[in-house]
Amino acid sequence: MMEVHGEVWTLKEFFCYPNEYIYWSIQIVMYPFMTGLVAGAFVLSSLYHVFGVKQLKNIARFSLVFSFALLPVAMMPLMLHLQQPLRGIHVMMTPHFTSAIAAFGIVFSTYGMIVASELWFVYRPHFVATALELKGTSDRGLVDTCRYLLFSALTLGSYDISEQALEKDEKAVGFLAGIGIPVACFLHGYAGFIFGSVKANALWMTPLMPVIFICSAVVSGIALCIITYIVTMEIRKFLSRRMSTLGLPSYEELQSAEIEEVKLTSRYLVMFLIAAITLELLDLIFRGYTAVKSWDILREVIYQKDFYKIFVMQYGMGNLLPFILFKLPGLTVRRAALGACLMLFGVFMMRWNVVIGGQAFSSSFAGFMEYALPIIPHNLETVKEGLVGAVAVIITPYVLFYFINKVMPVFKFKGSH
Amino acid sequence: MDRRDFLKRTITIIAGAAIPASALEFIDPKRLLAAGSSDYKWVFLADTQKCVGCGFCVKACKLENEVPYDADVSRTWVERYVICKDGKMRVENGMPNPGFGINADSPKAGRDGFTTPQIDIGEGRHVEVKEEDISKAFFVPKLCNQCDNPPCVQVCPVGATYKTADGVVLVDRSWCIGCGYCIMGCPYGVRFFHPLLKVAEKCNFCYHRITKGMKTACVQSCPFGARQIGNLKDPNDPVTRTIMYGRVGVLKSEYGTKPQVYYLALDREVR
Ligand code: SF4
Ligand code: SF4
Repeated sequence: MMEVHGEVWTLKEFFCYPNEYIYWSIQIVMYPFMTGLVAGAFVLSSLYHVFGVKQLKNIARFSLVFSFALLPVAMMPLMLHLQQPLRGIHVMMTPHFTSAIAAFGIVFSTYGMIVASELWFVYRPHFVATALELKGTSDRGLVDTCRYLLFSALTLGSYDISEQALEKDEKAVGFLAGIGIPVACFLHGYAGFIFGSVKANALWMTPLMPVIFICSAVVSGIALCIITYIVTMEIRKFLSRRMSTLGLPSYEELQSAEIEEVKLTSRYLVMFLIAAITLELLDLIFRGYTAVKSWDILREVIYQKDFYKIFVMQYGMGNLLPFILFKLPGLTVRRAALGACLMLFGVFMMRWNVVIGGQAFSSSFAGFMEYALPIIPHNLETVKEGLVGAVAVIITPYVLFYFINKVMPVFKFKGSH
Repeated sequence: MDRRDFLKRTITIIAGAAIPASALEFIDPKRLLAAGSSDYKWVFLADTQKCVGCGFCVKACKLENEVPYDADVSRTWVERYVICKDGKMRVENGMPNPGFGINADSPKAGRDGFTTPQIDIGEGRHVEVKEEDISKAFFVPKLCNQCDNPPCVQVCPVGATYKTADGVVLVDRSWCIGCGYCIMGCPYGVRFFHPLLKVAEKCNFCYHRITKGMKTACVQSCPFGARQIGNLKDPNDPVTRTIMYGRVGVLKSEYGTKPQVYYLALDREVR
């Protein structure tokens, strides 16, 4: 029998219209999740560059590079989602501006350029130093020649690293980080608008959606930076103990630096978490209180069908538990790592409950749909819009980060920023 | 250059010049404006009291518009409603559901008619409503409402879904990227992805037929005259007269979509 898109993973109950399926599946959960990480990581790095939170110096540079690595990955879920991926470029060619998706290309590339140029200013001294150093080497091998070409290209011909020049760079970084914050918020608030403006969907339609999305985005971005930062620091600590002769910072130095940064960052994390929860609860209370036509089915979805996913997994495990972990006195690195992981999970569940939860009921308000995530794929569709596709999206930023880190080392370099 | 050559070249130059000239004429704004008006405004009238749920319209539509016959999607469909005296939905064990709901179904989009009192509640399960509990039961044909304020057109990021001057909403199959935003945007659950073409698909009032003076496949195939198509700009069109002088309803007007499929005897329970 002919299979319809969405049919494999949609279970219907009671009265749904015949053409209704879960059309927006796991990749549309991944899309706001990934853009949220991008935006959040960038906002974290800006705390240092714009607001001068000095203690965040290390993590700021790290999160800037990481947000750059995440950037292309925000596109990936969309491409995996489209029925006609090769036509994706049409959005740039014939944008239809009444659509909330149409401006995606523009917003996204503007943001990409801001992050790229900020990175360039931050890493310019490093590019120059590396290029000059390689230039000085008399007999370069093939690899070093390539590196030389790459780094001298990256300097864009500007070799001036005098005091004044670096000062100017610093100004430029501050400026870019400054305009980057609203653009990052826009990029993600805009993802919220894509959902919030769908009047046909009773769960999605709320003007709070963009704001809720931004707050939870910052939460997830910071949480991810904390986790990745801790992991990399642990590796460095391990290395410094192993090879104490290599001139790396000592174990104790790293240890105290690590917990300080984590503590401070987690303070921001909790702040944004509270903002996100407040808005989400406001939305829920408002819906229950006004109880318009759709409330009958929404109540059924929120308090019955999706109760476990919303109240246990999202609010309980994903928000309340990490909140307690962070707030208990004497925060340790390990506890912070666990808390951050849980928060990341909480934000993911929030995305899931919005995207999938919004399709958990029929527009007839008389039936339910359930999404059964395809785990073992049996065709291209279940690869792309199943566990495999989702995992691919999660892994890619780390692969990219590995390579970007080769060119723009997050830890080893000693620059002015 | 001899005369022959001269003539040849002149013709070539004129022909060459004519192409850009005609292209210019093609995008003449006045003509574009003229495309915005039409002598037609297609509307649909469905009489739920005449519909017996035979499903002939669904069969005809699937064949006419080449939507795979056995695929569980359809441009048009027929719904059955079974309303109980206590106004409550019956669940599997035949008991009323205290919360919410309604007994309705549209198995295979109603393609094969409704030959059993068993109501489909999904995933192969059924429920039978006791006859003495039923207050009324009826059928409702559904199709794209060709909304005057179509959210599906509004949300399409590439403009692949658009509204024609004569009121029909169409999909450009060569330009649709398959994002599904229009499917999410339609409050009526009309749209789906074509299983073979992998682009957004929906009822277009058989645009290829009505623009040639024919009726839509579903109107033509309905043995009971429950479906009618008309031109709202023609005051003598029987459909227009019913809409103007009769009492007609539309579906989900609260969404502000201004639907152009009108219903006679539309029950308040219809979703
Ligand atoms: S019924 Fe749905 S698909 Fe048809 S015009 Fe209205 S919104 Fe668009
Ligand atoms: S699925 Fe096609 S027609 Fe629908 S909104 Fe996306 S591009 Fe437009």
